[in-house]
Amino acid sequence: MLDAILNFEILRNTFYTGLIVGLLAPLLGTFIVVRRLSLIADGLSHVTLAGISFGLFMQKKYTLLALTPFHTGIIFSIIGAIVIENLRGVYKAFQEIAIPITLSIGVGLSVVFIAMADGINTDIYAYLFGSVAAVSRSDLYLVLFTAVFVIVVITFLYKELFALSFDEEFATVSGIRAKIIHYLFIIMTALVIAASIRIVGVLLVSALMTLPVATAMRIAKSFKQTIVYSIIFGEVAVIIGLITGYYLEIPPGGTIVITSAILLGLTLLIKKWYLAYIYKG
Amino acid sequence: MANLITVNGVTHRYDKHKVLEDVSFTIEKGSFVGLVGPNGSGKTTIIKLILGLEKLQKGSIEAFGKPIEKFHNKGHVSFVSQKANSFSRGFPATAKEVVSMGLTSKVSLLRPTTKKYEYLIFEALDRVNMMEYANHNIGDLSGGQQQRIFIARAIVNNPSLLILDEPTVGVDTENVEQFYQLLSQLNEELGITLILVSHDIGTITTHVTDLLCLNKSVHYHGNPSDFEHMTDEQRSKIYGHDMHTITHDH
Ligand SMILES: Nc1ncnc2c1ncn2[C@@H]1O[C@H](COP(=O)(O)OP(=O)(O)OP(=O)(O)O)[C@@H](O)[C@H]1O
Ligand SMILES: [Mg+2]
Repeated sequence: MLDAILNFEILRNTFYTGLIVGLLAPLLGTFIVVRRLSLIADGLSHVTLAGISFGLFMQKKYTLLALTPFHTGIIFSIIGAIVIENLRGVYKAFQEIAIPITLSIGVGLSVVFIAMADGINTDIYAYLFGSVAAVSRSDLYLVLFTAVFVIVVITFLYKELFALSFDEEFATVSGIRAKIIHYLFIIMTALVIAASIRIVGVLLVSALMTLPVATAMRIAKSFKQTIVYSIIFGEVAVIIGLITGYYLEIPPGGTIVITSAILLGLTLLIKKWYLAYIYKG
Repeated sequence: MANLITVNGVTHRYDKHKVLEDVSFTIEKGSFVGLVGPNGSGKTTIIKLILGLEKLQKGSIEAFGKPIEKFHNKGHVSFVSQKANSFSRGFPATAKEVVSMGLTSKVSLLRPTTKKYEYLIFEALDRVNMMEYANHNIGDLSGGQQQRIFIARAIVNNPSLLILDEPTVGVDTENVEQFYQLLSQLNEELGITLILVSHDIGTITTHVTDLLCLNKSVHYHGNPSDFEHMTDEQRSKIYGHDMHTITHDH
């Protein structure tokens, strides 16, 4: 594939995008998992699918060229993020209900738009399961912009995000502007999900945000370590998954997630052996 | 400014249910106030109002000479919650990382020397006698140890006022005494004004400088030794219907 990456721009774009989301998804995923909101990624990815289907429909009926399905996906994802955050405020006592609400609305809208755009086609297939050949140069620039935005925000607001994830009440009392930061965070999540969908597809985005984190949490001692290990596991899965997906002609969503799952299984096993060894010695 | 907190005529309802009625009191600088009352008497509610976690409905509260609506906490007030132990146990953070959360308001956008923060964190850990647990996972500590870590987090920023909502829940009786000593130290050596919420009247009266009995409204506010010398009958009148002096038989 390395040859091919050098020679074909579109593969190169995919590979770079993969490396970027391999970092961003587990990075945000760590905060999401520790807040016990793992399913938020699923809710948002299905809202993004609605946006993508809407874009496909518009493209087909009105040849609306300025906005690609990727763009409409991002827009829907951000709107969905704001709706989820508001719903979490309304249902304070059981915030997770925000997720099935947005998820089902997302799927409902997708079904309608897909039907209006004359049914399932190869484009939709690529959006559902990911593709090694879907990233245009302008898409790559958008993903790069997202990466810069997310990394800058996390660097400057790391303490605030960490404190809010651990104990919202204490964070609020110490003067952190919880509301603004929550909105900022969920909008970043929406952007990263939209970017990740190009690589792993709608159905498997949440796996890329949670599996590496689940693996990291088994071996990390601190929160910072959890983030670093999550990113390492995420990148390894993306690189192995993209290359095998390319050679086996399987959508990379499948190969990346299977690789993640194997990494998780291996980590659990090795930790078990290690602990057994410690108790014996 | 001798009064850090002035509460004046505060009435509070959840829906139609009146929880606080015409509550007024002041918290003097340097004092160690025990806030006592039976379950559901509104202790946590008045604390939340003071901390700005609950919206003021009627009456007024002043913090550091400013109306509470305009008061922006820049590390003056710190807090150990009644629910401190209800964070998710599996949270991957070390004790040191938890304490560092107390410094959020100090850490500005352009982060200067982390060395200085490290020093403050270790100083706070040392105060609560938890230095050796700095790198332990917070979920692996015992309830009492976690409580100490949360106190370290609350004092690391050197607050003027520290509010603790029933921190002795989960601390065994032997450690309770040690725990009060720690609080007295904070009060006397560091000059931190303390509000300690408890329904354990028996232990609290021997340590605090002011006793505040709340049961929907303020039933007693003053010297704890005067309260100690009252008869049980007088006390239960003040405290409300279901008051028990918790005696420790050990
Ligand atoms: N968020 C809320 N919504 C509705 N009612 C509430 C809420 N919080 C507290 N209450 C009610 O207000 C009353 C006072 O509660 P509060 O938590 O202030 O009592 P407390 O003195 O702290 O009790 P405890 O000793 O059990 O901690 C209780 O009857 C409680 O049921
Ligand atoms: Mg309470």
